[in-house]
Amino acid sequence: MTDGSSPDLASGTVHPGPSRPGADELVQLVDPHGVRHPHGHYDALVADVDGPALQKLYEDMVVVRRIDAEATALQRQGELALWPPLLGQEAAQIGSGRALRSDDFVFSSYRENAVAYCRGVDLADILRVWRGNASSGWDPYTINMATPQVIIGAQTLHATGYAMGILNDGADAVAVTYFGDGATSQGDVNEAMVFAASYQAPVVFFCQNNHWAISEPVGLQAHVPIARRAPGFGIPSVRVDGNDVLACLAVTREALARARSGGGPTFIEAVTYRMGPHTTADDPTRYRDANELEDWAARDPLARLATLLDSLGLLDADYTDSVKATADAVAAELREGCLSMPEPAPSDVFRHVYSAPNSWLDRQQDHYERYLASFGPDGGTPQEGRR
Amino acid sequence: MTTMTFGRAITAGLRRAMDDDPKVILMGEDIGKLGGVFRITDGLQKDFGPHRVLDSPLAEAGIMGTAVGMAYRGYRPVVEIQFDGFVYPAFDQIVCQVAKLHYRTQGAVTMPITIRVPFGGGIGSPEHHSESPEAYFTHTSGLRVVSVSNPQDAYTMIQQAIACNDPVLYFEPKRRYHVKGEVDEAVDPASSDMGAARVITRGTDVTLVTYGPLVPTARDAAVAASDDGTSIEVIDLRSLAPVDFATVEASVRKTGRLVITHEAAQSGGLGAEIAASITERCFDHLEHAPVRVTGFDIPYPYSKLEFHHLPDLDRILDGVDRVMRRPNSLSGLEGGAL
Ligand SMILES: Cc1ncc(C[n+]2csc(CCOP(=O)(O)OP(=O)(O)O)c2C)c(N)n1
Ligand SMILES: [Mg+2]
Repeated sequence: MTDGSSPDLASGTVHPGPSRPGADELVQLVDPHGVRHPHGHYDALVADVDGPALQKLYEDMVVVRRIDAEATALQRQGELALWPPLLGQEAAQIGSGRALRSDDFVFSSYRENAVAYCRGVDLADILRVWRGNASSGWDPYTINMATPQVIIGAQTLHATGYAMGILNDGADAVAVTYFGDGATSQGDVNEAMVFAASYQAPVVFFCQNNHWAISEPVGLQAHVPIARRAPGFGIPSVRVDGNDVLACLAVTREALARARSGGGPTFIEAVTYRMGPHTTADDPTRYRDANELEDWAARDPLARLATLLDSLGLLDADYTDSVKATADAVAAELREGCLSMPEPAPSDVFRHVYSAPNSWLDRQQDHYERYLASFGPDGGTPQEGRR
Repeated sequence: MTTMTFGRAITAGLRRAMDDDPKVILMGEDIGKLGGVFRITDGLQKDFGPHRVLDSPLAEAGIMGTAVGMAYRGYRPVVEIQFDGFVYPAFDQIVCQVAKLHYRTQGAVTMPITIRVPFGGGIGSPEHHSESPEAYFTHTSGLRVVSVSNPQDAYTMIQQAIACNDPVLYFEPKRRYHVKGEVDEAVDPASSDMGAARVITRGTDVTLVTYGPLVPTARDAAVAASDDGTSIEVIDLRSLAPVDFATVEASVRKTGRLVITHEAAQSGGLGAEIAASITERCFDHLEHAPVRVTGFDIPYPYSKLEFHHLPDLDRILDGVDRVMRRPNSLSGLEGGAL
């Protein structure tokens, strides 16, 4: 061994892949009217997606939209403190999420609940944090997905480092990181691209440009298409219609294949739209035009796939009934999982701060338990009440 | 006098500072059309224009670093950090640049930057939305740090912070934004000192020191204690760096007992500094060691448990019992192994 890094890896060689579209061109396989257009490059990447596979993608999107609606309802009913809806972004998340292998690893933001669904998350686990019952919903290693990141952009560095580990291990898994258009302004995201290019790490940067960062339009973050930024870092990029599930599947598969075969990182800009509020605490009428929402409703990811399925004779009543039954069952399971979630115990606040006993904290816990005990068998109820 | 909420009082103070000085510029995420997630800058972009109320790209280091550049150019930037937990990307710029530039340039360059931070818990929010990071900043030389507790102070002190030629961290207790109070908008901000602490309840047995969100809780604790015959003097610190130790010391010389309460974690917190300084200053007047009633040394917990973490009236009174040498939750822990 010399210095441990091969000169080839450190040189930052870019593998652009055959006949890639221009940086600003939007890759689209199914248009907003549900018409499938042939594509010289990307058709080959989804050649295996037959009728039943398309039907499954549609079912996934219906189910995650239903999860989203049910969670929003639970928030309105006071069962969740907050919820960040993904309404409108189903195709971007299902198309990319279904391209992943189980040994790939996802580092996402808070909005990728459909990706978590693709990873096989237990439904109630999605809600634990939003109900305020736990500091996170799941063990990242059980579904190979980190728990949602709230600090905008931080997860892109984590994915890059994880990918550097994969490279060192000689494995062919890929780290995939999800983030928003707003996140691309953060230093972390730009530093992640520097590291990923420098080490040719097997990482996919999946940016959902949903046009808004809370109240700020994407134009405040980027004066040119976001996808154009990556080549400046030496990372090939692609813009995809984020409301076209098939195109999202195709570009993600290409990026994964590149990463697995030593081709390094790829940046995907999925152009989509946040049809709901930023979170249930947000009021988008304060800052955005209702017409914009209407325009994007006409490009709805579910509607266009339904039209395509219909034109292929794949949308009969048996099928739509079964999709509805699945969505109903998932929603019922989600609600039940939410309502039956165990309440945390007061002393749980002291758990997991460290991996070993800690003298400072142990004393505080001991002290607080004595304090609660001084109120008698029911323990103390803090003045401001429990939420 | 006008009745207004805490949040509105800050808005009114910002508006007046902008009216008075064209060099005052606001920067932050979502502060334009939306008026900020807490609506503190509501209407200001409409009235002063997008060149004075800037929606910034989503990057706190960028916001703080460009504020430094604007200050170099003679502006008085007021930056909004959306939530306490998002100040850390800006931490490097604050600690290495904002705090040190006056010293580094031997006084040639001033950094009259105001950094507004909604802070503290109690609003049922997810991670990073309820933190109390003030001690990181009180530990950093070159910064002034204040925290307001009522609408009048909010109104006056935001103007004082903006007028101050040193950088000021202005901590806003977000769970009190909706509390209403009387505000005299005619008051001249130059007529008072934002560095002065204020005795808000007179008492003779115990000095209870706090700031920001726990001021109303401390006042309630004093009322409850007086029902039991204990007279508590409550001090609202207002300025956290520097602390007005003269006011605290004068009170402790009278009462002989000191309890400090804050939401922030205990170890290395502001309470430790106050306990140590007061002990140094008037040890012979103390009847008991100072006691801290604080958040635990844990990351801010998920919301179902946050009111266990946050000091409340009963926990404050337990601390009062301690300094009064009555039975309390620490009884018996003194000689413990921990
Ligand atoms: C470091 C940091 N700063 C600010 C915030 C507050 N915040 C939460 S979401 C958000 C907008 C994010 O926009 P984008 O990256 O486009 O993702 P989207 O919400 O649209 O999915 C902001 C400013 C945060 N969570 N972290
Ligand atoms: Mg966005």
